[in-house]
Amino acid sequence: MYRYDQFDATFVRERTEQFRGQVVRRLAGELTEEEFRPLRLKNGLYLQLHAYMLRVAIPYGELNSKQMRKLAFIARRYDKGYGHFTTRQNIQYNWPRLDDVPDILKHLADVEMHAIQTSGNCIRNVTADHLAGVAADEVEDPRVWGEIIRQWSTLHPEFSYLPRKFKIALIATDQDRAALRTHDIGLKIVRNEAGEVGFAFYTGGGQGRTPIIGPLVKAFVKKEDLLSYLDATLRVYNMHGRRDNIYKARIKILVQALGPEEFGRQVEEEWLRIKDSVLKLPDAEVARIRAYFADPDYEKLPAFWPEFEAQKKNDAEFGRWVRANTDPHKIDGYAAVTISLKPVGMAPGDITADQMDVVADLADEYSFGEVRATHRQNLLLPHVRKQDLYHLWQRLKAVKLAEPNIGLISDIIACPGLDYCNLANARSIPVAQRISRRFSDPKRLAEIGELRLNISGCINACGHHHVGHIGILGVDKKGDEFYQVTLGGSSAEDISIGKILGPAFSYDDITDAIETVIDTYIGLRNDASERFIDTYRRVGIEPFKEKVYGSLKERRSAAE
Amino acid sequence: MVVLKNGVPQPNEWVRVADDATLPEGAKVIVSLERWQAERETLRQRNAAVGVSLKSDQSPLLVKDDLDHLSLVALEFPKFTDGRAFSYARVLRDRLGYRGEIRAFGQVLRDQYLFMLRCGIDTIEPPAEKRVEGYAEALKEFSVFYQPTNDHRETALRLRHGLAESVAA
Ligand code: HEM
Ligand code: SF4
Repeated sequence: MYRYDQFDATFVRERTEQFRGQVVRRLAGELTEEEFRPLRLKNGLYLQLHAYMLRVAIPYGELNSKQMRKLAFIARRYDKGYGHFTTRQNIQYNWPRLDDVPDILKHLADVEMHAIQTSGNCIRNVTADHLAGVAADEVEDPRVWGEIIRQWSTLHPEFSYLPRKFKIALIATDQDRAALRTHDIGLKIVRNEAGEVGFAFYTGGGQGRTPIIGPLVKAFVKKEDLLSYLDATLRVYNMHGRRDNIYKARIKILVQALGPEEFGRQVEEEWLRIKDSVLKLPDAEVARIRAYFADPDYEKLPAFWPEFEAQKKNDAEFGRWVRANTDPHKIDGYAAVTISLKPVGMAPGDITADQMDVVADLADEYSFGEVRATHRQNLLLPHVRKQDLYHLWQRLKAVKLAEPNIGLISDIIACPGLDYCNLANARSIPVAQRISRRFSDPKRLAEIGELRLNISGCINACGHHHVGHIGILGVDKKGDEFYQVTLGGSSAEDISIGKILGPAFSYDDITDAIETVIDTYIGLRNDASERFIDTYRRVGIEPFKEKVYGSLKERRSAAE
Repeated sequence: MVVLKNGVPQPNEWVRVADDATLPEGAKVIVSLERWQAERETLRQRNAAVGVSLKSDQSPLLVKDDLDHLSLVALEFPKFTDGRAFSYARVLRDRLGYRGEIRAFGQVLRDQYLFMLRCGIDTIEPPAEKRVEGYAEALKEFSVFYQPTNDHRETALRLRHGLAESVAA
């Protein structure tokens, strides 16, 4: 994992002191709130419904156990004893006090962390596949490039006052676990016909009120040209992106207005001018950073571990957890373990300080001290020996972190919604809690199979509802909370935007409506191997519409 | 009014002239793009220097053929959140090779000042109500820079690999 050298450490210290000064100037009235706002946002500090919220960056999702313990310490000392992992591999604290924030940042800097550019109209914390360095089919480790982009984008003098926020994600396999094409730039590490490794640029994706799947703007950019091509893309956007209407200010709108070809042409023109400049990446720097991401000292283990196979058979609960919550590892005898932050009836992504400490201990004992945050608001222990899984599972179970539901219907993405957010139309978290209670039987979960259910409290789509197999969107109907359902979205390599099912449901009806959607799917699927999304794509929306609104009517008349 | 150069207040030698005002004899003047375009020939004949002022939706590419005759280009920050002029400054310096003075005016705040210098802006006109000492303080906040621009501050990358021309203090 990357470690700060003297330059990085000095920089983050200086940034912390700069922010301390900004807070002092704000409290002294030297800065107006209007002037302070973008400054605090660039340091991850939002003003929410009830209090400030501090969003801390976890660049490309990677944490060590020491950092995890520090996050627990902050949750305990400065918050109400918990933190919230988000869809952008960040962690949020919902209750810090403004005058504590400089000290929190100082604590973070002590463990090589920060809150730089987790918000504001700048290049945001870069995200990556949570199986980086683990997946067997990976072209090259995306974390190396995540770190290069982190440094390039940090306090970029030219791109700190963009028309709107700017999100970059990275993957390196054909499987997309990072919602690549919902980003302003999705970078896929690829090999070209000559066998060279470089980047495919998917530019101009996004969610929000205008969901757009990022088009391929350039199929191959050499590694040494990554920064110059990024610079050229951002320069075209900074000069030509709209600034008259915040709903039309994202790069996706510019790319659509010009067309991806014309946009690509303008970037190319700019890029050809600068590609042989100081932005060319020297191999020595790439090698320096790559060295930090060398494999840990894996043991030579058999791929097949008879005891483990027996444990799965003898303990059905353990077997279910292994099936849902572990991924294959490129090294024989190891697995990647997802720790579900979606226990039944809890707020998705929330974790207590005590649980964080346990995760840190388990990372030390079982996973070379490494933890990852995933974009679906869970945590991951990337390198666990199969022979340790049973013990690990028991330890997780003891602290309620062993819900066997990864990739299943109760592995819900939900935004903060009306419980915290001042833009919300409706609550998200209680809807997620109700649905997870309704589908709490692990056998039923497993029977339903792979399903991505995402909830946003308003059209800003922080909860990725457009790209959930099932999406739920909070809408306001004359002051009441209502929920619109979309079906058929996906954020994976088969990306698609969901289609609206029909009129929105009340808070009391939404869980029943979801259950009818599920029952309809079970009735229609060819067999248990046909996923919800595949059945939907085969039969279309009509059968779902009929069943859901039909049964709603029945329930209504039965109630009368 | 003072202007700031490297954080230090200097007397302002330039006079901003409205489109319908007569040009003060012998003074260095800043005119709008519109006036420059309309009166280019006469302005070029002047004995004193001429600068042009660009609004935030006016790209410096509009004056790319005129730069030899312009001693100053002023870039507007109508709101401090409008960051177009950062790119305009870089286009002027890096793409068009402009060597004259680049000046920022409008809502130019202390917390953006270092970014401005790094993008190639030489002087700024700080808003009257702001404490000018703050701008000099802002330049001391960082000693580490990640992005190579043409402002001669060495980047972390070059220092790491011994590529720096002289190790910056
Ligand atoms: C204080 C609470 C929040 C506010 C006020 C807020 C605001 C917004 C707004 C206005 C948008 C729409 C941007 C656009 O379309 O240009 C948006 C999108 C988004 N936000 Fe949030 N957000 C909040 C919480 C969160 C949280 C907790 C996350 C998770 C890290 C998050 C992640 C996202 C994502 C993934 C998108 C959609 C992707 C995109 O940028 O197109 N937001 N948010
Ligand atoms: S989707 Fe809407 S309600 Fe949910 S966090 Fe984002 S802005 Fe708030």
